[in-house]
Amino acid sequence: MGNHKKYWKSEVELSSDNKMISDLRNNEFVDELPVNTLLGNKNNLENSSTNRRDFLKYLGFSTAAATLASCEGPVNRSIPYVVQPERIIPGISNYYATSIADGYDFANVLIKTREGRPIKILNNSKAKVKSSANARVQASVLSMYDSMRLKGPTVNGEATSWDKLNKDVKSELDLMLASNSQVVLLTQTFASPTTSKLIKDFQDKYPNIRHVVYDAISDSKALDAFEIAHGKRALPIYDFSKADVIVSVGADFLGDWQGGGHDTSYVKGRVPLKNKITNEKAKMSKHFQLESNMTISGANADNRISLTPTQQKIALAKIYGHISGNVVSGNLPENIEIQIKNISNSLIKSGSKGLIITGLDDVDAHLLTHKINDLLKSISINANEVSLIKEGNDSEVIELVSDLNSGKVKGIIMCGVNPVYTMPNSDEFISGINKSQLSVCFSMKNDETASISKWAAACPHYFESWGDNEMVSGNFSLTQPTIRPLFDTMQFQDCLLRWMNSENSFYDLIKENWNENILEKKSWNEALHDGFYKSNLNLPLKKINYDFLNAAKNLSSAKSNGLELVLYSKTGMGDGQQSNNPWLQEFPDPITRVSWDNYLTVSKFDAQKIGLKNQNVANGALDSNYANISVSGVNIKVPVIIQPGQARGSVGLAFGYGKTNGIKKEMQVGVNAYRLYHNFNALQNVEITAIDENHEFACVQLHNTLMGRGDIIRETTLEVFNTKKVSDWNPITKVSLNHIETPVNSPEVDLWDEFDRSIGHHFNLSIDLNSCTGCGACVIACHAENNVPVVGKSEVRRSRDMHWLRIDRYYSSDESFDGDNKTKDGINGLSDSLSVFGEMENPSENPQVVFQPVMCQHCNHAPCETVCPVAATSHGRQGQNHMAYNRCIGTRYCANNCPYKVRRFNWFLYNNNDEFDFNMNDDLGKMVLNPDVVVRSRGVMEKCSFCIQSTQAIILNAKKEGRLVEKDEFNDACACSAACSTGAMRFGDINEKESKVSELKESERVYHLLDTVGTKPNVFYHVKIRNTDEV
Amino acid sequence: MSLFALNFLLSLSFSINVSAQEPDIAKGKSLFNSQCASCHKLNRKLVGPALKGVSAKYEKEWLYSWIKNSAAMIKSGDERAVAIYEEYNKVAMNAFPNLSNNDIDNILAYTDYVPPKPTPPPGAAVVQTSASDSTSDIILILLSFVLLVLVILLYLINKTLKSLVAQNTVFADSKSNKKGIPIWKAFVKNQFLVLVSVVSLLLSSAYFAYDYMMQIGVDQGYMPIQPIHYSHKIHAGANQIECQYCHSSAKKSKHSGIPSLNVCMNCHENIADYNGEEDLEKGYTKDFYTNEIKKLYKAVGWDENTQSYTGDTEPVKWVRIHNLPDFVYFNHAQHVTVAGVDCQKCHGPVEEMEILYQHSPLTMGWCINCHRESNIKVKDNEYYTKIHKELSKKYGVKELTAAQMGGLECGKCHY
Repeated sequence: MGNHKKYWKSEVELSSDNKMISDLRNNEFVDELPVNTLLGNKNNLENSSTNRRDFLKYLGFSTAAATLASCEGPVNRSIPYVVQPERIIPGISNYYATSIADGYDFANVLIKTREGRPIKILNNSKAKVKSSANARVQASVLSMYDSMRLKGPTVNGEATSWDKLNKDVKSELDLMLASNSQVVLLTQTFASPTTSKLIKDFQDKYPNIRHVVYDAISDSKALDAFEIAHGKRALPIYDFSKADVIVSVGADFLGDWQGGGHDTSYVKGRVPLKNKITNEKAKMSKHFQLESNMTISGANADNRISLTPTQQKIALAKIYGHISGNVVSGNLPENIEIQIKNISNSLIKSGSKGLIITGLDDVDAHLLTHKINDLLKSISINANEVSLIKEGNDSEVIELVSDLNSGKVKGIIMCGVNPVYTMPNSDEFISGINKSQLSVCFSMKNDETASISKWAAACPHYFESWGDNEMVSGNFSLTQPTIRPLFDTMQFQDCLLRWMNSENSFYDLIKENWNENILEKKSWNEALHDGFYKSNLNLPLKKINYDFLNAAKNLSSAKSNGLELVLYSKTGMGDGQQSNNPWLQEFPDPITRVSWDNYLTVSKFDAQKIGLKNQNVANGALDSNYANISVSGVNIKVPVIIQPGQARGSVGLAFGYGKTNGIKKEMQVGVNAYRLYHNFNALQNVEITAIDENHEFACVQLHNTLMGRGDIIRETTLEVFNTKKVSDWNPITKVSLNHIETPVNSPEVDLWDEFDRSIGHHFNLSIDLNSCTGCGACVIACHAENNVPVVGKSEVRRSRDMHWLRIDRYYSSDESFDGDNKTKDGINGLSDSLSVFGEMENPSENPQVVFQPVMCQHCNHAPCETVCPVAATSHGRQGQNHMAYNRCIGTRYCANNCPYKVRRFNWFLYNNNDEFDFNMNDDLGKMVLNPDVVVRSRGVMEKCSFCIQSTQAIILNAKKEGRLVEKDEFNDACACSAACSTGAMRFGDINEKESKVSELKESERVYHLLDTVGTKPNVFYHVKIRNTDEV
Repeated sequence: MSLFALNFLLSLSFSINVSAQEPDIAKGKSLFNSQCASCHKLNRKLVGPALKGVSAKYEKEWLYSWIKNSAAMIKSGDERAVAIYEEYNKVAMNAFPNLSNNDIDNILAYTDYVPPKPTPPPGAAVVQTSASDSTSDIILILLSFVLLVLVILLYLINKTLKSLVAQNTVFADSKSNKKGIPIWKAFVKNQFLVLVSVVSLLLSSAYFAYDYMMQIGVDQGYMPIQPIHYSHKIHAGANQIECQYCHSSAKKSKHSGIPSLNVCMNCHENIADYNGEEDLEKGYTKDFYTNEIKKLYKAVGWDENTQSYTGDTEPVKWVRIHNLPDFVYFNHAQHVTVAGVDCQKCHGPVEEMEILYQHSPLTMGWCINCHRESNIKVKDNEYYTKIHKELSKKYGVKELTAAQMGGLECGKCHY
């Protein structure tokens, strides 16, 4: 029987008549080995100058030589300047005020440069508007040192010179002018007064030029609505701190809604402060959020109602109906109707202190919010200023594509846009470009559009450019270069000037324009120093009458058929301009905590219906199957995340992924959602089917619920906070000592001896959970400041992410965290606890959400320090837990003994390693490294240091100047607290009694993370308070 | 009084007798140095032309009037005067009406003076040096002869002793044959002795191995050859230039800073030749040093002839001597400005170093020792006032060391 067994290596072997197989079986070497030619000639062999002994001698010598050579230390070169610029002192940072205006992100920032190279971005807090840098702006410093940048101008993909490009394009333009054929200037929103002037001059010279502004993620409908309501194509400016009731209908205003940056004023109204003298009750605004995707705005809301976009439209119409006294039809579930009524009443009650906003991609919806705010006489809307950072006009862009194809437009010049990637109908656009005679693309990368344009004009990064902008009317900012251009680049505006035969540079033009038209009293140098100038120009909003009832009728008659897709932008990736930025790719999304991907967010209910699954594999990592989504004939295969809080009947997908050109292989992740952005409408109807194929996610938080663990997040309601004793809502934790419940802060339960910390500095970090919106700017700021390596998708999937600072996000498994606590307290016996805890692992369908930034807690009684066998981690007198990397031998005992899991182990050498081809692997990307912080090597533990390099620098400055450290000088020492625009993080010296952090430490809301373990951390949190009061 | 009158008369008679008077080169030199040297050199253009042999180019009368009032000559349209004016960027030479013709003659004599060719070293000296060489040779020969005699003597003594032993052969041989066991066998048999010696061997080799290992990466005495032979001995020693004149960022920044070349040119725009002491034995001649200055000119793009920068620069790639590892944070300002530590404390006698080398080991033990021993400089520093008072009270000392201030904490230097 056994004789019949036949072993085979491949199927082919089984067929006996195969010649190749029989040949191979009989003859191992099919081709004859050239033995004879090598060894056959005896004479040759004997006469050969190298015999075996010689060979061994050479081998021995070269080994010995190599060994000896390796013993010698490297020779380091030091190359000083030939002529050192006056302002540069090696080792001392210089700061420049500038502003970013990349068409999607607009902010006034400070650039920190060292020895002439920019290494960090800070908020320009002196600026009156847009003074906070979000995660993307924080990361934009790395985008300058992007090795995939265009290094010089090209024509048809071949390198060319600027002189030639300018000459050729100009002659082409002159030809076009002579033949009177149309040329289109397709640009991003510049919001730049001087650029606008320049383009106007350019059009005067070339009247055949049409200027079209294109925002990849359009706010065109909001602009249209504002124009109808107030007579100007702009966006309103809101002051959320003035509102008692905030109602957001589908607007992620803490995210990127209308350009973002609303968090500062929002948080001002969200921190309840008791007045101890007058005993007045603490107040905070009440925030209702009606949305379909779970956004960070929804996560921060007091009352979040998940509704599909269609339901949101009806709800908005009904709110209008309630407030205006009109009857508006439309069907909503009964419980929603009640809530809508409640919201409307709250708005009516709050009157001028009410505010409603919408993010629905619908002109009528925007019109209604303007009308409602008008009816309320809302004081939260700035009556004198408007936002100018969005200019894109959908209809003009659509017209352009058809004109290109019909041949009406013969040439196109693009700047700051990538339509081939961002247009839904990019095929049409490509064919249009191919038909055009002239195509010039100003771009930093050889991206999708630049690579098909005839001329790709290499643009400088904004760190290398001059510019000005007016983000908010009357508030002017300047962009100034902070480094000489790294490559052979030229600004779009300078090229326009060349084409106009002007001798001036754009800088001359800006200076002239500012001196003549903008600066009233200030000098140019002063404005350039501040980076910002506020004029006294006011543009009061006009009111125009309009039939708003009709708009309400349109909205209330909205109907959906099937699932509705809501396209959104992720906090990390935005519109996708910076998708080759590894910091942003590795940045975990605040809500889903997934990095390196975009995905379809879908409610649990719909997922079950369609057959979409998420599962955790053996090592805990998250997997999903794929969904095929189809929008008007376009099909996309996309992985799935089952998102708690996602409205049933709706799904979400983020822009900014799926790029293919001008981007490193590692960064080519996700799918391009712009393909579904038909008619530039973020709301689409979709059909979804499941595909049985596995997708691997890199998700950094695998456990989503708090399961009633009150020692991690403490939460209470405004009512309890105002009326109950502290011991009721923020009690001192008790632990059992000899079976007696003893407060955890009493000395007898302590294992350690107390150390006197009253002398010198003692650093503490305060984190207010009420102020933290989860925006993640601190995460990127920490990345930049501390040379934190990027590890890549597969390593993140193995939980080896290196972020020193993470923002944990928890969902409630009940409707609220309070409910969780009650469920947990009600558990009875083992069997009950198993089943109930099992259930508590699942988040609720519309959960409460809370964000908690966690970094090294710098415990005064640190468990990590006691277990280190080599004393590599030890405590400083100033309260910082030190980590001496050169001493660490990598036992990882400390990480195992850390209750907060904040220590990060360097599994690999992340610099100079082709396996990790991110910024630390190329010379250009390394320029961003902070020279004051060591780049850690393989096999050592690392963690947050409380930015000891900055605290030491501040102390040293004081010593050098022979003075005490000034009040609150330590405030911005930590990169995270400096980046925090809402003041949620505050750092300082608690031994300095006047400091803000000392004041915060006295607050009755203070608690420590996991205080039962008795670690006495130097980071303290403030109890989260939600406003559940009736207005 | 009469003496004074006589002197006066004498000098008068000299001045009258000008043409007959032999010009005084020494006087001319001192006048040249005080009046002309800021703009003129003998062999090289500076602000104005080189003056060597100037009297051959122009007649004396012309030179007198030019020196006394050049502007007037240019105004009057003297061809040669205008030519010079044009050549030197239309900068007129200062007028020197205070100089007499006699003074000018002295100066011209100095500029015309050709020093006699250096006479060949006197033969005696040559002989002397060879003599000194030969004396040392003689001593060596003598010494080796003595040694040879000693060796022979020892050999002879040994031989006589051996023959003495041979006479008593029977006695000696019987003794050694009875004992039998050679010493190494006895040693091997004694296990305790083997153990002790193995342990001590291991310990001592470990000691030496450790000692050897500990000096790996310690580059004390590291003295690389630099692209330009820059002598701290000349600059900081002979010329007493303050360290921080060049290393100015040491008091502000963590880096002491290698001076940029424009700092060098502050002095070297005017110092093109080396005229100081030479060290002929090591080959540090004047020409050698002057050549190094030329290297600087090449790097910074300074054209000596036109006395201007060409803009054609070539940054100098110095070899870094003091290399701290990346994981150590060291700040010069903390030590120089705040603590007031002398540069020499760590860098050694730099002002005596012809070639700079690493004086200190730069090991952590060396750092810490100093932190343990040095006191905080509290005086005039308000930052320390309060904390020093409190801490010294706590530790019961009068003055705090850097270590007691927290200067031994890991995180103060490692981050």
